[in-house]
Amino acid sequence: MKYMLLIQAGEVAENGEAAESDFGAWVAYDKAVKDAGIFVSGESLADLVTATMVRVSPDGERTVTDGPFAETREVLGGFYVIDVPDLDAALDWAARCPGALGSGSVVVRPVADFGV
Amino acid sequence: MRDERADGVASVEAVFREEHGRLLAALVRRFGDLDLAEEVTSEAIEAALARWPVDGVPPKPGAWLMTTARRRAVDRLRRDQALAARLAMLRVEAERAEPPPAQDADGGLPDERLQLFFTCAHPALAAEDRGALMLRCLAGLSTPEVARAFLVPPETMAKRITRAKKKIRAARIPFRVPGADELPGRLPGVLQVVYSIFTEGYVASSGPRLQRLDLAEEAIRLGRILRRLLPAEREVAGLLGLMLLVHARRDARSGPDGEVVLLDEQDRARWDRGMIAEGRDLVAVALTGGPPGPYGVQAAIAALHDESVSLDTTDWPQIVALYDVLLALVPSPIVALNRAVAVAMRDGPEAGLALLDELAGEPRLRGYHPYPAARADLLSRVGRFSEAAAAYRQALELAGTEPERAHLRRRLDAIED
Repeated sequence: MKYMLLIQAGEVAENGEAAESDFGAWVAYDKAVKDAGIFVSGESLADLVTATMVRVSPDGERTVTDGPFAETREVLGGFYVIDVPDLDAALDWAARCPGALGSGSVVVRPVADFGV
Repeated sequence: MRDERADGVASVEAVFREEHGRLLAALVRRFGDLDLAEEVTSEAIEAALARWPVDGVPPKPGAWLMTTARRRAVDRLRRDQALAARLAMLRVEAERAEPPPAQDADGGLPDERLQLFFTCAHPALAAEDRGALMLRCLAGLSTPEVARAFLVPPETMAKRITRAKKKIRAARIPFRVPGADELPGRLPGVLQVVYSIFTEGYVASSGPRLQRLDLAEEAIRLGRILRRLLPAEREVAGLLGLMLLVHARRDARSGPDGEVVLLDEQDRARWDRGMIAEGRDLVAVALTGGPPGPYGVQAAIAALHDESVSLDTTDWPQIVALYDVLLALVPSPIVALNRAVAVAMRDGPEAGLALLDELAGEPRLRGYHPYPAARADLLSRVGRFSEAAAAYRQALELAGTEPERAHLRRRLDAIED
């Protein structure tokens, strides 16, 4: 079963990067996920200052704005999609993720299955 | 005139409450789906209710129920190919996670309820739903019964249980017993759910006599099942012991009008000696063979109260020592409050008051009526009556249930005379 691990950075530094990040730990985690044979996909997102928001009104008008900036406390910093047998396994992988440390958190969402 | 048939049906239903959890757990293990298992469990029990009074109870009732339920499940899967495909897929995945269980050699039903305990108490479920689910799946209560027990409308409870079951299915919360390495992390969560069912019953049973299920007794039943399933876990013995030792005082803890009667005024002759003896044996188990856990220590404290003939002859030094141990295990201001009250009994009210004053700034005690109530009791014992009255009034404002308020009003009246 596929689960998405949404990696939320807690505190974001002035320059928009996650305040706490240990590059070595991320490299090790990424390797562990891939070695375990559960990796489906995953990306780390570029800094929030690079984000652009698009909205389309009911009459089709497109609004493009810079941001969103960190109005909310938690900012999506990246994700993994993993394929594991059950929620307990997914929670274990989420707990091992460096993004779960400190002020960060990892939200585990099952990927919807619309049947084969 | 007694309706004998209705009596018969009621007793058969009582037998099924015990079988229900076992059957459900075995079917969940087999089919990997709680909804399907529940459906065919009820169908098998309905079939038994219809057939057994006519045909007689079969020689192996458990096996009969299991066979009937399994047949219904197979029928259902034949009709519903999509469900069958999904469950087949689930089975493959489950076996990827752990090997299939060994078949029971003598063909009897292996007891699979432990995994269901862990599923119902899974931390990924909302805390308020865990107890409801446990009562539904393991105590065999119907949804309206669970609703009545928690004093919520049946539709609300049905929604909560449906939501919890949906999460179990859609997020695939597994039906499995955590491995030895995970057990220390997960077992306290299971015990917590059982104990919260117990305390919920304890608080609510002090209300006006309501026609409702006795949650404390349901919790004790769940505790007994867990004790059988995990005989080596000393905290399980501690929890069951604690519940029995507290529940032993049930008849003495409310007055004729339903008001709360605290330990110091209870008629100890009305305590249940059999239950106390059973609880005490469990305390011995809980405290032997390693460092004690919080339930074992709380049970030991309850046992010391239960064993003494009066408040004055209670072994307060020992109780304070146990609270010291408990406070180290569970550093909570509520434990500190209880410890302060025990210190007051050992060293006098002034000593207790000094400790209570140290706790004055605790955010978790703000709004917790036992705190001003304990202060009021100690203040009145040292003759500071106006301060005591103010503290009783503060407790009265915070107390949730009418019986608790009645008790506080009585104490307030006593010092104002």
